Amino acid sequence: MAAVTRTPRARNKGRLFDGKLLVGIAVVGALLVLSLFVGVYDVFGAEDGDEMFAITRIPRTIALVLAGAAMAMSGLVMQLLTQNRFVEPTTTGTTEWAGLGLLTVMLLVPGASLTTRMVGAVVAAFIGTMVFFLFLRRVTLRSSLIVPIIGIMLGAVVSSVSTFVALQTDMLQNLGVWFAGSFTSVLRGQYEMLWIVALVAVAVFLIADRFTVAGLGEEISTNVGLNYNRIILVGTGLIAIATGVVTVVVGNLPFLGLIVPNVVSMFRGDDLRSNLPWVCLLGVGIVTVCDLIGRTVIMPFEVPVSLVLGIVGAVVFVLLLLRQRRRG
Amino acid sequence: MITLTGVRKDYNSDVVIGPVDLKIPKGGVTALVGPNGAGKSTLLTMAGRLLGLDSGVIEIAGYDVARTDSKDLAKIVSILRQENHFVTRLTVRQLVAFGRFPHSKGRLTADDEEVVSRAIDFLGLGDLEDRYLDQLSGGQRQRAYVAMVLSQDTEYILLDEPLNNLDMRHSVQMMQHLRRAAEELERTIVIVLHDINFAGHYADRICAVKDGAAVEFGTPDEILTDEVLTRVFDTPVTVIEGPKGPLAVYY
Repeated sequence: MAAVTRTPRARNKGRLFDGKLLVGIAVVGALLVLSLFVGVYDVFGAEDGDEMFAITRIPRTIALVLAGAAMAMSGLVMQLLTQNRFVEPTTTGTTEWAGLGLLTVMLLVPGASLTTRMVGAVVAAFIGTMVFFLFLRRVTLRSSLIVPIIGIMLGAVVSSVSTFVALQTDMLQNLGVWFAGSFTSVLRGQYEMLWIVALVAVAVFLIADRFTVAGLGEEISTNVGLNYNRIILVGTGLIAIATGVVTVVVGNLPFLGLIVPNVVSMFRGDDLRSNLPWVCLLGVGIVTVCDLIGRTVIMPFEVPVSLVLGIVGAVVFVLLLLRQRRRG
Repeated sequence: MITLTGVRKDYNSDVVIGPVDLKIPKGGVTALVGPNGAGKSTLLTMAGRLLGLDSGVIEIAGYDVARTDSKDLAKIVSILRQENHFVTRLTVRQLVAFGRFPHSKGRLTADDEEVVSRAIDFLGLGDLEDRYLDQLSGGQRQRAYVAMVLSQDTEYILLDEPLNNLDMRHSVQMMQHLRRAAEELERTIVIVLHDINFAGHYADRICAVKDGAAVEFGTPDEILTDEVLTRVFDTPVTVIEGPKGPLAVYY
């Protein structure tokens, strides 16, 4: 190429840590501290306050961080792999499959350990997501709305299977409790498995560029020598693990994976690697706010966080749709 | 050199591409022309290993595209299809940087950045490099895609109708950029074109494809004749001497 002398230009990769991110971390940090001290139980006054703090508040707050980040990240990876902005684990049936897997394990292995249940959920989530991807390949019309509609339909079918099975086996009530995402039951000794999703986050971060390339489509990926099918498989595996684990420990967290990546993309574009901290942070922030709302609106009782998320998410989803239509 | 030997693709019993035997020499611009559905894009896509062959062999610079590791092939040949809709919001520079993926696997070195800058400048996108693709016009976006394949730094570049949806001015600019890439950067460019006059003016060689077969191969002067074009396009074509060389008139 012609030799051009020029001043070195801005590098491609946005800097990972800048002032804004630090502010974001501070805000979310403050929310998390707030989360530690909000609750019916008086952790300062009561005699066993310290212990209660360690048993419920700390685990709950850690769970908020891990689950929020995991679901937001899963949404982002899924959106890249399907090249569709309206996709996330709850609009592709992944969560429903995880639920079905959980139910199956509970039926087949009464009194199954947490690990066994998780494996069941993860495996089912993986199968379900692959089914979704295979189905997508057959659909030529991959317009932005057809894809999530297919996903939601698939999810509805799977969820009705779950309901039927639960009805037959008298487990309907349990099913309702599992699916309603809630951090109420997150206690010491029951949430630690969630740390697995931290490993998933690290993995996503390491192969971030590959996911971004895959987000440009199969042809561009092949052109630059990326094994597209393998990256889809790896991505699906990571999503399945994150979704399966979160579903078993916390439950359904609707819309989180949908709104967070979209909002981040609006402000920062789609360089996955430098966006990931933002996606995780915003995911944590939104879940924490929703959980705080859920904890306080009908004190001393709680509203499941999925309910609050559902309302917030639906509003944002509609706004996104309107915005896209305006853009054409 | 790109060599196609007995290349076949069976879509169904009615539509069969091939068997095609073709040698595209190294260097310059080779244009694939022909009627709709003749198989130009199919041949190009197979050469770029985006589509499998049903039989036959395609070799680029001596590498069998079906057998060579895709990672290695990405350093020899790059291909750009005509439809590129990205949901991903990337800046021009980020997109072009993905052309370096075969070399850097995503972690760009200073050299990679330099190559990216040169590719951007080559297509005159310097001022737009921090813009998002969805903020660009069709012509600018098309240039950004070409900059991406240029930054891939491959000897062979395959382009599937890069003038699609471009107006006159942008089409001419694009062809001038491609000619310069062939001459100054010594790339071998194979391009599917719809407009026979563009092919006649900017290509070094023209390959006419009809009904899944490569029916003619030669210099623009050899291809741009009444007899050949009328036969290839199944419509009466008269070639006249224009101010800048032969001109096919078909209306």
